[in-house]
Amino acid sequence: MMSHYEAPIREPLIIGNKSYHDITVDVAAPVEGKANKKWWIAFTIALVAFLYGIGAILYTIGTGIGVWGLNNRINWAWDITNFVWWVGIGHAGTLISAVLLLFRQKWRMGINRSAEAMTIFAVFQAGLFPIIHMGRVWNAFYVLPIPNALGSLWVNFNSPLLWDVFAISTYLSVSLVFWYTGLLPDFAMLRDRAVRPFQKKIYSLLSFGWSGRLKDWQRFEEVSLVLAGLATPLVLSVHTIVSMDFATSVIPGWHSTIFPPYFVAGAIFSGFAMVQTLLLIMRKVSNLEAYITKVHIENMNKVILLTGGIVSVAYITEFFIGWYSGSSYEDYTYLSVGAATGPYWWAFWALITCNFIFPQTLWFKKLRTNFVWSFFISIVINIGMWFERFDIIVIDLSRGHLPSSWTMFSPTFVDVAIFIGTIGFFFVLFLLYARTFPVIAQAELKSILKSSGENYKKLRGDNHE
Amino acid sequence: MYSFSKKLKLSAIIFMITGVLGIAYGFYSAPSTIADVQEIMMHQENGHSEAQVSNTNEHIEKGEEANNEHNNENEHLTHALHALQNRPYSAVFIAMFFFFMIALGTLVFYAIQYASQAGWSIVLFRVMEGITAYLLPGSLFILAFLIISAANGHHYYVWMTPDFYNPQSEHYDEILVGKSWWLNTPFWMIRSFIYLLGWNFYRYYAVKKSLAQDASKDLTYYKKSMKASIYFLIFFFVTESMMSWDWIMSLTPHWQSTLFGWYVFSSMFVSAITVIAMVTIYLRSRGFLPKVNDSHLHDLAKFMFGFSIFWTYLWFSQFMLIWYANMPEETAYFIPRLLGNYQLLFIGMLLPNFVFPILVLMNSDYKRIPWFIISTGIIILIGHYVDIFVMITPATVGDHWNIGIPEIGSILFFLGLFIYVVFTALTKSPLLVKGNPFLKESEHFHY
Repeated sequence: MMSHYEAPIREPLIIGNKSYHDITVDVAAPVEGKANKKWWIAFTIALVAFLYGIGAILYTIGTGIGVWGLNNRINWAWDITNFVWWVGIGHAGTLISAVLLLFRQKWRMGINRSAEAMTIFAVFQAGLFPIIHMGRVWNAFYVLPIPNALGSLWVNFNSPLLWDVFAISTYLSVSLVFWYTGLLPDFAMLRDRAVRPFQKKIYSLLSFGWSGRLKDWQRFEEVSLVLAGLATPLVLSVHTIVSMDFATSVIPGWHSTIFPPYFVAGAIFSGFAMVQTLLLIMRKVSNLEAYITKVHIENMNKVILLTGGIVSVAYITEFFIGWYSGSSYEDYTYLSVGAATGPYWWAFWALITCNFIFPQTLWFKKLRTNFVWSFFISIVINIGMWFERFDIIVIDLSRGHLPSSWTMFSPTFVDVAIFIGTIGFFFVLFLLYARTFPVIAQAELKSILKSSGENYKKLRGDNHE
Repeated sequence: MYSFSKKLKLSAIIFMITGVLGIAYGFYSAPSTIADVQEIMMHQENGHSEAQVSNTNEHIEKGEEANNEHNNENEHLTHALHALQNRPYSAVFIAMFFFFMIALGTLVFYAIQYASQAGWSIVLFRVMEGITAYLLPGSLFILAFLIISAANGHHYYVWMTPDFYNPQSEHYDEILVGKSWWLNTPFWMIRSFIYLLGWNFYRYYAVKKSLAQDASKDLTYYKKSMKASIYFLIFFFVTESMMSWDWIMSLTPHWQSTLFGWYVFSSMFVSAITVIAMVTIYLRSRGFLPKVNDSHLHDLAKFMFGFSIFWTYLWFSQFMLIWYANMPEETAYFIPRLLGNYQLLFIGMLLPNFVFPILVLMNSDYKRIPWFIISTGIIILIGHYVDIFVMITPATVGDHWNIGIPEIGSILFFLGLFIYVVFTALTKSPLLVKGNPFLKESEHFHY
């Protein structure tokens, strides 16, 4: 990798007079300490939401899909909206850990662990929807190409919904492995610091006997690089395949060749917004302000701005080509004049406002380095990207080729409850993670302390190096 | 300072002269009347049995619809005449666009290096600035071509034919009328002019500031360049898509694909990075780039590798989605390419553009070996020439395509011009920038 020299113009990534030991202590503190009242309150709320969601899921399976607001025409709505939304959120984690690793971005080290955790927990939520939106959940295993007693009845490999199965399951497993290998040295650190025998036992099991030998580190780096190289095309292909659920169809508004890269850009956009939301809270409550600094927040805002720009250009392209095509059906798609003035005008404008207008404020350095504003924008984008998926799915289905099947969609409380349940489940997992896992990759952070630590940079500055 | 080697200069001039002769031959041998076409067809029928089959098929299909055999035959010949007349224009346009997009792609890469505060590529900045010197002459050629095609009505951009918009005419085309608010010659020319102006302006500004930074003691000019590069990237991202619709997609005016602009970009970008790597290796082998080490080459080769895959991703996305849905108005684009007589080029280009780079550049040691990069680079460039060829030729020349004297002549001419302009520009300023805040990082870059 790169030598220890770094241009003085680059801003420090670790603030304060930190030593290797300080990093260890700071990262281990939340794990070794006790949970405070606020954590318990948050956890309880999340748990209640989660249980509520489970109830709604069981109710759906017991009673039938008819308890949702779906109808004959709009047969995908909140279920697939939430699915795509959650998968999209997961993408930032892999982008931060894999793509930014390939691009040698040192600032990724303060945030990659939590971003990957977020990926995995988000993919869990996403993975629920393809299962529970089935009419016959108990037959779900039929999607797997396994030899069976039905004369070896197999799946049809032409369906993007089947590709989804492979994409999501591969994505989850690779992300999990990537995340876990990165955790080994950090678990070893917790193991070595643990005083209580139970904790010591747990972290020795989790750290797989990592002893940090030279050869181990060499292999570790190589594996990380290979996994990053594999995860990058994977992350692109996963959301591409999700986009093909729509783009391979002949439904106006769905059938568009730009969907693959545009969905990926949107996924990174929404995923970074979620990372931003979580880290802005985490840096405060876990006292990690020295490691998740203003530079990190600003850089993430820049990525949001970039991907938001890509998405915006795709909106313009969709809008323009829809018009250019001269097809009368294109006037009712989610990005068309018909959508802007039709019965779903509010969903159209929510999309434009949240994804296109508000994020543009991040062009101003004052605003993108402002924590409160960044937090606000990140929430706005999460809402906006939910609307993007909702618009694509519901608006396009509501006004199809045949006017006799034009209809509207309204969700039932079960639709909403399941969505709330997944948010609860996500936070249950994330809150548990924040108390038991090293939330910052301390081993990686230590590798940049001497090049990017504030104190070391100052030292070099004083020596005119 | 770099000095343009006499040998290279001479070869550039020879390329240009041979190229001009080839182009002239192309225009000279193009048929001017239907009688010429008949004669050419006679020759072809003896030689190309495949072409004959497809021609007859077309003939039969048309014959069933038409009442008047003779009239139909005449129409068919007129069509062939236009296609054959288009061939030298197409040959010039493809080569012209190919070298132009290399310069433009390099400019984008350069701007990205500024915007992302890259620490590795500073020692390559002058090489990139040299390559982008071709942008201005390239733009002028493009502009001249667009003006000529708009002025002389040689059926290159078919939507310019006035008949399509005349309700009295039998060629009246409702789809084109619907698009005429966008596809009309004056607006089209103005747009094209704005794209070219914007891109050239950034190039001019960035190089000026880069030279000013050399002499400066603080970072004023660097900061200006950085800002400008961000504005340029926004401008480019929007105009590039429009450029692809205007210059290439509108050749088949009934067809549209939302991905098309980004797909053209991927081809442009990977070719540009390849050329940066090749010019760098050439200059380094002559001892002009002492600060460039194998790690720099390694990075460039990684980009070649990565963006080759990216190109394939977009190629596949566009193709597969249209193939899968199989809607007639969209598949019309892929039928001549996938099933017609462009099949070999269309499928075959995956080899140089995807299979070869992925196999050769996967190994990290190979990415540090100059001749590996050069030979992969040549293959990638050939592949992307074919890519542009397959985008354009089916729409303009149709089944009468060939890669012969006009095509090779055009490539030689623009290659010669490219080499001449780029290497002349390289002699104008020192090959290492000064005063860039990341210069030291770049000089010590090691991977």
